Amino acid sequence: MSPKTLYDKIWDAHVAHEAEDGTCLLYIDRHLVHEVTSPQAFEGLRMAGRKVRAPEKTIAVPDHNVPTTLDRANAETMTEDSRIQVDALDKNAKEFGIHYYPVSDVRQGIVHIVGPEQGWTLPGMTVVCGDSHTATHGAFGALAHGIGTSEVEHVLATQTLIQKKSKNMKVEITGHLRPGVTAKDITMSVIGETGTAGGTGYVIEYCGTAIQDLSMEGRMTVCNMAIEGGARAGLIAPDQKTFDYCKGRPHAPKGAEWEAAQAWWETLYSDDDAHWDKVVTLKGEDIAPSVTWGTSPEDVLPITATVPSPDSFQGGKVEAAQRSIDYMGLSAGQKLTDIEIDTVFIGSCTNGRIEDLRAAAEILKGKKVKDGMRAMVVPGSGLVRAQAEEEGLADIFKDAGFEWRMAGCSMCLAMNPDQLAEGERCASTSNRNFEGRQGYKGRTHLVSPAMAAAAAVTGKLTDVRDLM
Amino acid sequence: MQKFDKLSGIAAPMPLVNIDTDMIIPKVFLKTIKRSGLGVNLFDEMRYDRQGNELPDFVLNQPAYREASILVAGDNFGCGSSREHAPWAIADFGIRCVISTSFADIFYNNCFKNGILPIVLPEDQRDVLMKDAEKGANARIEVDLEAQTVTSSDGETFTFDLDPFKKHCLMNGLDDIGLTMEKSAAIDAFEGQVSAQRPWV
Repeated sequence: MSPKTLYDKIWDAHVAHEAEDGTCLLYIDRHLVHEVTSPQAFEGLRMAGRKVRAPEKTIAVPDHNVPTTLDRANAETMTEDSRIQVDALDKNAKEFGIHYYPVSDVRQGIVHIVGPEQGWTLPGMTVVCGDSHTATHGAFGALAHGIGTSEVEHVLATQTLIQKKSKNMKVEITGHLRPGVTAKDITMSVIGETGTAGGTGYVIEYCGTAIQDLSMEGRMTVCNMAIEGGARAGLIAPDQKTFDYCKGRPHAPKGAEWEAAQAWWETLYSDDDAHWDKVVTLKGEDIAPSVTWGTSPEDVLPITATVPSPDSFQGGKVEAAQRSIDYMGLSAGQKLTDIEIDTVFIGSCTNGRIEDLRAAAEILKGKKVKDGMRAMVVPGSGLVRAQAEEEGLADIFKDAGFEWRMAGCSMCLAMNPDQLAEGERCASTSNRNFEGRQGYKGRTHLVSPAMAAAAAVTGKLTDVRDLM
Repeated sequence: MQKFDKLSGIAAPMPLVNIDTDMIIPKVFLKTIKRSGLGVNLFDEMRYDRQGNELPDFVLNQPAYREASILVAGDNFGCGSSREHAPWAIADFGIRCVISTSFADIFYNNCFKNGILPIVLPEDQRDVLMKDAEKGANARIEVDLEAQTVTSSDGETFTFDLDPFKKHCLMNGLDDIGLTMEKSAAIDAFEGQVSAQRPWV
């Protein structure tokens, strides 16, 4: 047999039909659904008199719109149009008989955090969702990517996607990370290296010792931002850490079925002499705590750097960099650590898991949020929230002056009441620093949870290593 | 879905690189449960001030480009989220074709589901069309999907690559779901085989 990559192996195990021109029907093992990109798809099914083909493989949870305030059970906290979307999901889940975690359920949270937490996401699976950050599930060695609403409808109706195979890209992080450097810094540094279109046309496999060192939470952070690098999906080969994370989860296999599953999962790795269409290698030791200065995730630099001059770029990026600097209210040559902020957001499908909250709490222990700043923590799910309370992390956040919120997407995309006001500047653990992403004319600097905590204490973008 | 055959129209130039889906349709407009009516909010934050007044400098607010049916755009157009509201808004405005050097993967796929043709050209050819687009309403660009060509107002013709299946569906306005359902026997067989091999799925 010819050598294969991990992507090749998962792909081959899911081709239900292949046409002569190579167009495939890829079978989908798990379909995750949220309230924003699904109403038109369910409406399409209804109009055509179609059913959901595999409701037992379809899981829905509202996350984008839901308020994260403690009083959110009160319907008044949601705007009319948000409530219509959440109500539509309630109704569609019931009508089509799919698994559902409503807002009132303690297991509710961001779809990409709930999927792994409940054991829906397992190695070797194909996972899709009408959301680009579906790449998160690649941390389990699952082929996972975002789809549009027409494709959501296609998967609901047929449990397949029309696909052509992507190319294979290997991103290797050698060595080990230095203290204060996290999974977020890895994934941002890779995008800084390859650009936001560097992964277009590829599925990325992240590998190397620095990746193996990461917990499952860290691996999810790395894969989550594969889409920001343009890749269709990001993958990490499953190992003992993966199996340990999955075992005992509500929807993970049990007994003999577990044994059979693990035996197959252990074959899911890239063969030594597999072909790679593109290879990128970074040294773990070279990665620094990182921050974005502009309005594209590729605008990333070590915290020790200065805002670049637009002239240091080429082609269309010169104008884009100037536009970013103007939008962000910065000037070329300014030290990143001199940038004052007024808001800190810790949460999102990138960094809303228990390990992220532990890392931030570690920095905040015994310290206070700087006067006049707004700081909030939004756990990625109700269960993450409960665990953080049990571990005493919630008290650390509250004592420091953070708001302790309910689970949801929150300020990552500001489709809910959590938004930046015009001109406000935020150190955010989310994934996109696009113009207006966190609120009209809001300014976003992407950072790791530890860096966000450090910024909350000092009121400026800060090298977390100075507080360790 | 609307068929795509030939298109002759005014092209609007948007040379900015990395135009993302949040720029194309800001999140406040994602709260609809319909596919239609988003054209008025296309590029909303670049196109209007906070009071909803048009910003005269924005390309689609200029008289020459109000009727544009083609966009010529900077590299990596459509990066960001999976929101199909982006191509819905573009189509609803009346734009049927976007030309760039590269597109983000999910956006590219979403275009074909909505009767929009995304054309990838090398940088020098895209730049010729960008200059052409900058001439305004007198410059009409011609697109011929069957021949896979795009022709500038000066008569310069470039050919582009396209997946044959995507081309076929776009030319005939075919519904993917209907096509896939014709293969339901293959899906049934595959599902049976997988539930034996991987019962935990």
